[in-house]
Amino acid sequence: MTAAHSVAVKPRTAEPVHHLSEDLLLDYAAGTLDEAASLVVASHLTLCSACRSELSRLEAIGGALFATMPPMDLSAGALEAALAALDSSDLDGLPASASQKHAVVDRQASILPRAIQRYLGGDLDTVAWKRLGMGIETAEITLSNSDESKAGKRSFLLKVPAGKAVPQHTHDGNELVLILQGSYKDEIGTFAKGDVAISDGSIDHRPVAGEGESCICLVATDAPLRLTGPLGAIINLFVRV
Amino acid sequence: MPMIRHSKAFVFPIMDQSTVVIEGIGLSSRSHNRLRQPRSHVIRTGSKKKFMTDAHHADSQQLVEWMQRLAGCQDRDAFAGLFAYFAPRIKAYMMRSGSDNAAAEEFAQEAMLMVWRKANSFDASQASVATWVFTIARNKRIDAFRRINRPELDPDDPLLQPAAEPMQDDKVVEDQTARTIAAAMDQLPEEQAVMLRMAFYEDKAHSEIADETGLPLGTVKSRLRLAMGKLRSLLGDTEL
Repeated sequence: MTAAHSVAVKPRTAEPVHHLSEDLLLDYAAGTLDEAASLVVASHLTLCSACRSELSRLEAIGGALFATMPPMDLSAGALEAALAALDSSDLDGLPASASQKHAVVDRQASILPRAIQRYLGGDLDTVAWKRLGMGIETAEITLSNSDESKAGKRSFLLKVPAGKAVPQHTHDGNELVLILQGSYKDEIGTFAKGDVAISDGSIDHRPVAGEGESCICLVATDAPLRLTGPLGAIINLFVRV
Repeated sequence: MPMIRHSKAFVFPIMDQSTVVIEGIGLSSRSHNRLRQPRSHVIRTGSKKKFMTDAHHADSQQLVEWMQRLAGCQDRDAFAGLFAYFAPRIKAYMMRSGSDNAAAEEFAQEAMLMVWRKANSFDASQASVATWVFTIARNKRIDAFRRINRPELDPDDPLLQPAAEPMQDDKVVEDQTARTIAAAMDQLPEEQAVMLRMAFYEDKAHSEIADETGLPLGTVKSRLRLAMGKLRSLLGDTEL
C-alpha cells in the first residue's frame, strides 16, 4: 500500500510485460513470503503499477478477512495502558510525512529501486562486484533473516555484459529474476527492464543479454543453479553461481 | 521490543472458524470472563461524545471518521474508539498465528501505537481502515516472527512507475469495496475460505498448510487460486 500523498506527475515508462505470479503476490500480501523473494516483489512493484493495484486488491481481501475475524477481548486496563504509552515523549507529535523522510537529493536517476538500495546501503556505485568469469559478475545481498540464508535462500545482483550468454543451466529450486537494466532473451522469451522471470527445475535455459548495455538483474533463489552444458558438470564443481 | 515467540504448539481447529477456543491457551472460562472487559468501559475514557454502543461492530464510516480525527488533532477519544474495534482483532490475528495470550496482547498494544503514529499516512481513497490496520499488523508480525524488515516499495522512489489512471478520490467507493469483499468472502466455499484464512492469518506457507491439512501441495495452491478467482469474479470490475 502506498502512503497518502500525491506523487509528482511524471511520464510513465513502459510497463513490464512479465509480471509477478498470483502466488507470489498473495504470499507477499499475507506476509508469508521469504525475504529474498519479497525483495524481488517490492522492487517489481516499484516498476509496475498493474501489480501494485493487484496487491491492493489482495490486501483489501486481507483487510476484509481481518475485519470479520472473531475479536478476542483484551485484559482490563489495556486501553488505559495504551493511552499512557501515548504520553511517553517519543510518541509525541506525529511523524514526518513520507516525503520529508527521504531528504535525499536525487542525483542521477538510479536503476536500483530504493528497496534494494536499502540493503546495499547505497546506490549502484557502492556495489562490490565479484567476477565469475566470462564477463559475468555477481554481488551478494545480505539478508537480515539468517534462518532463511541458512536454508539456502539467497539474494544477489547479476551483471551480464551486452550480447554475452549465461551458460546453459537449470535450477534445483525456484528462481526469481527481476531485470533492472538491459534485457535478456532465452527459450522462454525476452525479458526487459521491470520484467520478472520465474523459473523452477523444469526450465533449462541459456539466457543471452541484449545488445547495447549490460543486463543487470536482481535474483532470488532457494537452491544453487546447476550448469547443464557440455562443460557444466566440471564448472559446477568450482563455481557457486 | 519484546520478543514474540512463534509457538507452533497452539493450533486452532481449522474447520470451525467461528470458535476461537480460548481454552486452548489454558484459561478456564471463568478467568476468561474476568479478562473480558465490559464494552462500555473500553470507550468511556474522557469521552464527551457518544460512540457506538458496541465498538466491536463500528461501521466503516465511523472508522474513517476516527482515523481523520486521529490524524487531524490526535484525538484520544477517536483513538479509544479505534482501539476498542481493532485491538481485539489484532490480538485474535496474533493468536491465530501462534502467539500466546500475553504476547498477543502486547503485540496488539504496540500495533495500536503504530496506528497512532502513522495516522497521517492513512488515505481513505486508497484503502479501508481495516485494510490499512491489517497491513500494519501484518508488517509488525513479520518483524516479530522473522526479525526482518519487510522489503517494501518506497512511494517516493523516483523509479516509481505512476499508476495507469488517477487514483479514485472517493471515500465512498473504498467503503463499498470493503463491503463487497466481505460479502464475496461469504460466498466462497468453506474449503477455499479455510485456505485463505490460513494463508492470511496463520503465517503459514503453502507447504505448511499442506502438512497441516494433509492435502497435497497442488491442492492447496489450486484452492487458493480458485478462491482468488472466485473473489475476483464476484468483485467484478470494482476498482480498488
